[in-house]
This record gives sequence, structure tokens and C-alpha cells, in this order.
Amino acid sequence: MPDFCGLELAHPIVNGSGTFDAIAARRAFGDELDAAFPFSAFVSKTITLAPREGNPPPRLWEAAGGLLNSIGLPNKGLEGYLAEDLPELARLPVPLITNVMGSTVEEVAALVEALGEREEVAAIELNVSCPNVRTGLDLGADAAELGRVLRAVRPLTATPLIVKLTPNTADVASVAAAAEEAGADAVSLINTLRGMAMQPGRAGRPWLGARTGGLSGPAVRHVALAQVAAVASRVAVPVVGMGGVTSGRDALELLHAGATLVAVGTESFRDPAAGRRISGELSELAANRPFVSEV
Amino acid sequence: MTANEPLGPYRVIAAADPAGPVPAAGQFFMLSAGERWGGGEGGRPFLPRAFSMLRREGDELRFMLEDVGPGTNRLATLEPGDGLLVVGPLGAGFTPGDTRRALLVGGGVGVPPLCCLQDELLAHRVETTALVGFRSATHAAAATLLRDPRVATDDGSIGHHGLVTELLERELDGAGGSERTVFACGPPAMLEAVRRLCVERALPAQLALESGMACGFGACFGCVVSLRAGGYVRLCVDGPVLDAHVLAEVPAH
Ligand SMILES: Cc1cc2nc3c(=O)[nH]c(=O)nc-3n(C[C@H](O)[C@H](O)[C@H](O)COP(=O)(O)OP(=O)(O)OC[C@H]3O[C@@H](n4cnc5c(N)ncnc54)[C@H](O)[C@@H]3O)c2cc1C
Ligand SMILES: Cc1cc2nc3c(=O)[nH]c(=O)nc-3n(C[C@H](O)[C@H](O)[C@H](O)COP(=O)(O)O)c2cc1C
Ligand code: FES
Repeated sequence: MPDFCGLELAHPIVNGSGTFDAIAARRAFGDELDAAFPFSAFVSKTITLAPREGNPPPRLWEAAGGLLNSIGLPNKGLEGYLAEDLPELARLPVPLITNVMGSTVEEVAALVEALGEREEVAAIELNVSCPNVRTGLDLGADAAELGRVLRAVRPLTATPLIVKLTPNTADVASVAAAAEEAGADAVSLINTLRGMAMQPGRAGRPWLGARTGGLSGPAVRHVALAQVAAVASRVAVPVVGMGGVTSGRDALELLHAGATLVAVGTESFRDPAAGRRISGELSELAANRPFVSEV
Repeated sequence: MTANEPLGPYRVIAAADPAGPVPAAGQFFMLSAGERWGGGEGGRPFLPRAFSMLRREGDELRFMLEDVGPGTNRLATLEPGDGLLVVGPLGAGFTPGDTRRALLVGGGVGVPPLCCLQDELLAHRVETTALVGFRSATHAAAATLLRDPRVATDDGSIGHHGLVTELLERELDGAGGSERTVFACGPPAMLEAVRRLCVERALPAQLALESGMACGFGACFGCVVSLRAGGYVRLCVDGPVLDAHVLAEVPAH
């Protein structure tokens, strides 16, 4: 039973933000889904202060062993989330982690403050893969900038704060260290890697409506392993590892690299019950080879 | 997989689904091969692929597909006994309500959802007319899945030489045309023409659309189409069947 920021979780497998919609899944698969919920905690997709429609389609490109997406974080905004989604998500049989993103310190502060007051929210994950409107840099690409944001919002809540690091930076371990120093209770990685696809037969024209997107799935798994290992050896706070996990063996490798929890993202698209299968495979691996439980 | 048979240039495949819920006409499933999904050119397919239910017969779900790329190719070459991952039924299907006279309009691989819809309408003694368009007479083999279809082909090798929407227009302008409800599924250009004809005549019409999908169950927000009133809906949860009147146009992708 992993202990993560004071949460007692049934197993180490959670979902990656934006890759599982528990409310839509309940509609599609019925209440049975809740009875055998695939994850030990549920991470919401990114919520922003104001509602967002997301990027123009097409938003998806299938890559070799992966997916390039330019969804653009569509969501109902904080108010819509609190009024419509939170009551539904509170009925889930597992703790709720709400993922948020703001493009200024003030926006992040407003989100953290409002969600920190809600007892249904067990932890807040900060998605810092957003360009800062003033500097144009990803909030999470620069250690000093991220430290500044976190120091401003950390005092606003006692709810655990997880910082979801961006992999699109030169030195992810330094950014993670800055997050820890500024009061993050945990870090999670990797988010998607920036990428581009071209329209077949149309020279130089990008396929995605937003031109570029983020790459996920098995194609990024080895990048995830390297970044998780680098971060876990640098910080003492727990690490949520993710990127391309499709099996218990993949999950185990991330745990061995230093992760406390493992998130499953894109694999849930092919198999909505993947989280349950992977946690089963993981405990089987641990049972068959007792030494792995030492991690 | 329990069967995989040719139908003209198409394949009709069947999957055992003894415990699954009963799907409604127009609902779809996400399919992927149990093994070696991902082994094709360029490392594809990777994501599951969406297919409308053709019919449910006993414990079997039937689908009709056309081999147009790595995903459909892999599914088309599976053999009975091979593992198939079937997720569904998904999405919102056709809602005929108290429709009295139904006009079914289809093209190519858009025929399957109209077949189960026609079964349902006939069981309720609703008068149905089926109009279907294909590239050629060999493709028109799929018309045999429907009862009393009227066929159009691009090359005139069978039936009306021209577009199925020309048959539709004639039907709508004929006696009783204005009392019909139109149910359509097919390629984007065909659906867009159907949408225009129905909007011009203020006729009720339900269109089964396609879009690129990664998950099919509302998780990824990748499948959106834009609405006339602004904003997007996820085609996999709010569709694939949408009211023609809420669309600004049928998207080309
Ligand atoms: C609700 C629904 C129901 C459907 N029902 C049926 C049905 O009953 N029968 C049937 O035959 N088909 C049906 N389809 C279509 C079917 O899902 C597609 O034909 C199938 O996904 C194609 O996959 P593929 O790998 O064979 O071809 P792809 O290579 O994926 O080619 C299909 C199209 O996808 C685009 N594309 C090409 N490369 C990529 C890439 N790398 N990433 C993203 N997009 C790309 C192009 O526009 C191309 O024309 C349905 C689709 C939907 C959404
Ligand atoms: C379609 C899609 C949408 C995503 N949306 C979000 C999001 O809203 N917020 C976020 O922090 N990460 C988002 N992610 C990133 C995932 O949570 C995860 O970090 C990434 O996909 C790597 O894991 P995977 O390879 O297992 O998918 C999204 C990924 C995908 C594929
Ligand atoms: S296909 Fe994923 S949300 Fe519709």
C-alpha cells in the first residue's frame, strides 16, 4: 500500500491527467466502472480559471508507438468544475487529485485557493507546461520562475501540491529541485514531448490544427525513464512517474527508477481497463520475485 | 473473432460478445487486434479504430469494414479464433422516436449503421426507403445488407449513374417528401450535401459522422466537431449521430 503525501492508496497505479474522464466513462460503461475502478486515485484533466474550448481540429495524429495530440486543455473553467464535476467526482471510490493550470501567478493562486478549501480534493497537481504570458517561456521550463510561482501559492493551502514537470526543458532535475525547495509535496513527470506531424502529400503543411502537439505513449517511455531517474535521484519528495506505460513490467521499471506511483495515460485509450490490468501485473511481478518489493 | 468474410471489396467481421450490452443502431465500438496491434508500416496501428455496429445476431456483433490503412488492414486479415479487443457500445445512436416515414441515405462504409436502424424501424412497422451510393457495382455488393435498397454508383455500373444525393433530392421533391425523417451515414461530402438539402427544406435529419478518435469514450477530447451555435462537442459521446440542424457544416476530416 503506497503512502503518497499522506494518502493511503490501494496500489501504485493512477491515471495521467487528461487521459481518462471518469464522468464520461461512467456514462459509457455504467456504475460497474466505479466498482472496479482502474486507478488507486483519480487525476482530473487540467482545469483553468476561465473555460477553454481547446484547439481547432484535427487534434490527433497517430505516431509510431504513440500519439501526438493538440487538444489544448478544453475545460469548463473553475466555476463549472466546482459546480458540475466535483460532486460527480466526489462519488468515486478513490481519492481525487485535481490538476490545474494558470498562466500568471494570480491565476494559479486563485485556483489553488479555491480547490484547497474543498475537502473532496485530496491533492492538487499543478500543470506547469503552460507558456507564461509575460515571458513566453513555459512556466515549468525555468527553475527560478517556477520557484517564484510556488513560493507565492504554497502558503495558500495545506492540501498537498504535486508539480507536474514539463519534459521540454534542458535540465528537468534542477527544475524539480526548485519545486521541492519552494514547498512542492511531490513531483510528477513526464508530460508530453513537443512534436509536429505533416499532412500526407501536402509539403510543409502541419496536420494538427494547432501546428504542434505533445507526444505520448510507448514512443516516449525511455525518455520518461531517464527523466524520472534523474529527478528521483535529486529530490526527496515522492515522484509520480509516467510516460508510455502499457504493462506491469513498464510500471515496475519506473518504480525501480525511483517513482512512488506510476500513471497510465495513452494506454487507457485502447483499453479503458488498462490501469486495473497493469496494477494486477505489477502485484504478480512483485509476488513472483519478492526482491522487487524492496523498492 | 468468430468470422471474417468478403462482401464485394469489403469485409464483414464478427466478434463473440456473449455478455455485452445490447447496442442501439448508430452506436459504435472501438476495435483492436488482441495481438500484434502496432506491427504495421510506420509502427501503426497504435490506437483502436472505430466501427459502427452492423448487426447483433445472437451473441455476435457484426461489423463491415473497408481496408483503407494499417488499422483496417490488420483487422481485415484476422482469422476466426484470433483475439479481438472490443470496447463498447459507445456514443449516442439514432433516435427515430415516433418517425412514421424514414429515408435512409448511405454511402460506402456508411451502410452498416443504417442496416440495424432499418431492422429496428421495420420491426416497428415504420415505412423505410433506403438509398445508397457506391463507387461501382462491386462495392454495391454491400447494398444487399439492406432491404429493398435503391442504388447509385459513381461509374453507373449499376443503378443510378451519379450521386445518391440526387436520388435523395428526387425523393424529397416527390409526393410525401416533406413528411420524411432522414437518417444518413457516409463520406463527409455526401453528408454535407444531405445536411444542406434537409436544412433548406427544414426536414428533420440525423447524421452519423466520423472523426479521428483516440479513445471513443470521452477521455481524450480529440474527436470534436464544431457546432453552428459555436463551441465543440465530442463526437464519441454526443455523437456519432448528430442532428443535422446543429451543425454549421460536416467537417472534412
Ligand atoms: C463512429 C465511427 C464509425 C465508423 N464506422 C466504420 C465502419 O462501420 N466501417 C468502416 O470501414 N469504417 C468505419 N469508420 C472509419 C474507420 O474508423 C477508419 O476507416 C479507420 O479508423 C481507419 O484506420 P486505418 O488505420 O485503416 O487508416 P488510416 O491510415 O488511419 O487512414 C484513415 C484516415 O486517417 C487520416 N490519417 C492518416 N494517417 C494518420 C495518422 N498517422 N494519424 C491520424 N490520422 C491519420 C487520413 O485522413 C486517412 O484518410 C468509422 C469511424 C467512426 C469515427
Ligand atoms: C490526449 C491527452 C491529453 C492530455 N491532457 C493533459 C492535461 O490536461 N493535463 C496534463 O497535465 N497532462 C495531460 N496529458 C499528459 C498525460 O497526463 C501524460 O503526462 C502523458 O501523456 C505521458 O503519459 P502516457 O505516455 O502514458 O500517455 C495529456 C495526454 C494526452 C495523450
Ligand atoms: S475519441 Fe477520445 S474523446 Fe472522443
